[in-house]
Amino acid sequence: MSDRKIYLDNNATTRVDPRVLDEMLPFFCEKYGNPASRNHAFGWESEEGVDIARDRVASVIGADAKEIIFTSGATEGNNIAIKGVAAMYGEKGKHIITQVTEHKAVIDPCKWLEQHGFRVTFLPVQKDGRISMDALREAMTPDTILVSIMHGNNEIGTLQPIAEIGRLCKEKSVLFHTDCCQTFGKTPIDVNAMGIDLLSCSGHKIHGPKGVGALYVRRRNPRVRCEAIIHGGGHERGMRSGTLNVPGIVGLGKAAQLCAEGIKNGEVDRIRGLRDRLIDGILSQLDETYLNGHRTERTPNNVNISFAFVEGESMMMGFPEIAVSSGSACTSASLEPSYVLRALGVGDDLAHSSIRFSLSRFTTQEEIDHAVNRVVTAVRRLRQMSPLYEMAQEGIDLKEVQWAHH
Amino acid sequence: MSYSNQIIDHYQNPRNVGSLDRANSFVGTGVVGAPECGDVMKLQIQFDDNERILDAKFKTFGCGSAIASSSLATEWVKGKTLDEALEIKNTEIVKELALPPVKIHCSVLAEDAIRAAVADAKKKIAERNPAAAK
Repeated sequence: MSDRKIYLDNNATTRVDPRVLDEMLPFFCEKYGNPASRNHAFGWESEEGVDIARDRVASVIGADAKEIIFTSGATEGNNIAIKGVAAMYGEKGKHIITQVTEHKAVIDPCKWLEQHGFRVTFLPVQKDGRISMDALREAMTPDTILVSIMHGNNEIGTLQPIAEIGRLCKEKSVLFHTDCCQTFGKTPIDVNAMGIDLLSCSGHKIHGPKGVGALYVRRRNPRVRCEAIIHGGGHERGMRSGTLNVPGIVGLGKAAQLCAEGIKNGEVDRIRGLRDRLIDGILSQLDETYLNGHRTERTPNNVNISFAFVEGESMMMGFPEIAVSSGSACTSASLEPSYVLRALGVGDDLAHSSIRFSLSRFTTQEEIDHAVNRVVTAVRRLRQMSPLYEMAQEGIDLKEVQWAHH
Repeated sequence: MSYSNQIIDHYQNPRNVGSLDRANSFVGTGVVGAPECGDVMKLQIQFDDNERILDAKFKTFGCGSAIASSSLATEWVKGKTLDEALEIKNTEIVKELALPPVKIHCSVLAEDAIRAAVADAKKKIAERNPAAAK
């Protein structure tokens, strides 16, 4: 089995489900009309494909189809939501609240707004990755117009209490945006029950194609308006101009439908079971190994573990047939260890030692068992080569050592 | 980024992994790097009265390139005198392992580890023979 490749990097992107591809294919060479062409059959059949997709996406989150704006992905959805709300409601207030462990697609638009007259509060997180509701309440001022807090974290899987956040935002009449890139179709979401005003998601995280996503924008109680970022033909209620990516949108719709079924038919429970099998399999066999993120309030497919005394990239070299990712600086372009792990108070040493495994509907128990064995073997071998492990075995407190920083 | 065959070879079959007795007066130990930075190398050399390096061992916490750099360093210092070992340059390690630019710091760390181990060895020689050290 060791020559078979195993993909456990589904928080990065996923394999397109063949059923999604089948649904998309006719929209390339047969039904290629522009859905904005209102006066011929080519346009109508394209529009029908888009309408079905809009219904399917809306139904995953309990929304109305009219509230769905198609985008190029969650990065664009986050940008429209944050910058668009800021531009529309900037007269009312200049304060936005988010948190330190957001994806860069939320943090960077917020930082951009800071340079354009807005004040942004980046809430810290607790050890388990959750924000404190008290801290959120205290951060709110009469000037606050938007709270943007993600549902499930892409690195550590921690789920934020979005229903509570939504309730507080309603109470304070502040708009609530949530990046649901990692939870859309994996965890039950109801925009009305949870008080969500804007929600972004992405096709390629749910076995749909890359380059397509959706933004939910509430139409009543309250009616939310976003200034456009991309101007043009006034598509998507004027919030996102540009000819619709019909095959992508059709694929996103099918992917959303399959995910909604997966929540109901036990598929997500099976993935969650494999997630726990992976966590338990590793933690029960290796000491000084820590699960990052919340143990239970966690996306069903994410595992993030720090293996003390061994470095992430060297671990990944130990099981090259398994695709995972690491919080180690050695695997990132920035040469800094993961800012998300740092925000939890995980030391830089343990951030360098972290591996993220992320599962999907295509993951099998056999693959998980193989991964557990390979990881345990690689970590044991590398610990025998690690001066830190040797020092720890000798009873030396690594925190007390005077290291020659370089 | 893919790894060169040389890096993979040293990673899979590291030379001279292990430890020598730090307290032995004919053993020099160098520990460089920091856990927060993602690499720590420990390089040890055993030398004789003629300052010739008879054996070398390493342990490394770090990426595959760091492991390969230190493994190669132990191979290269063996048989050299302490002063000859100091002539090993990180650029030679870069060349031998075909390290990509982002991994050059691994070779620098390996050179530092050699220097630290040799410095410790020379310190022990001086302590053993205060007159000769002058």
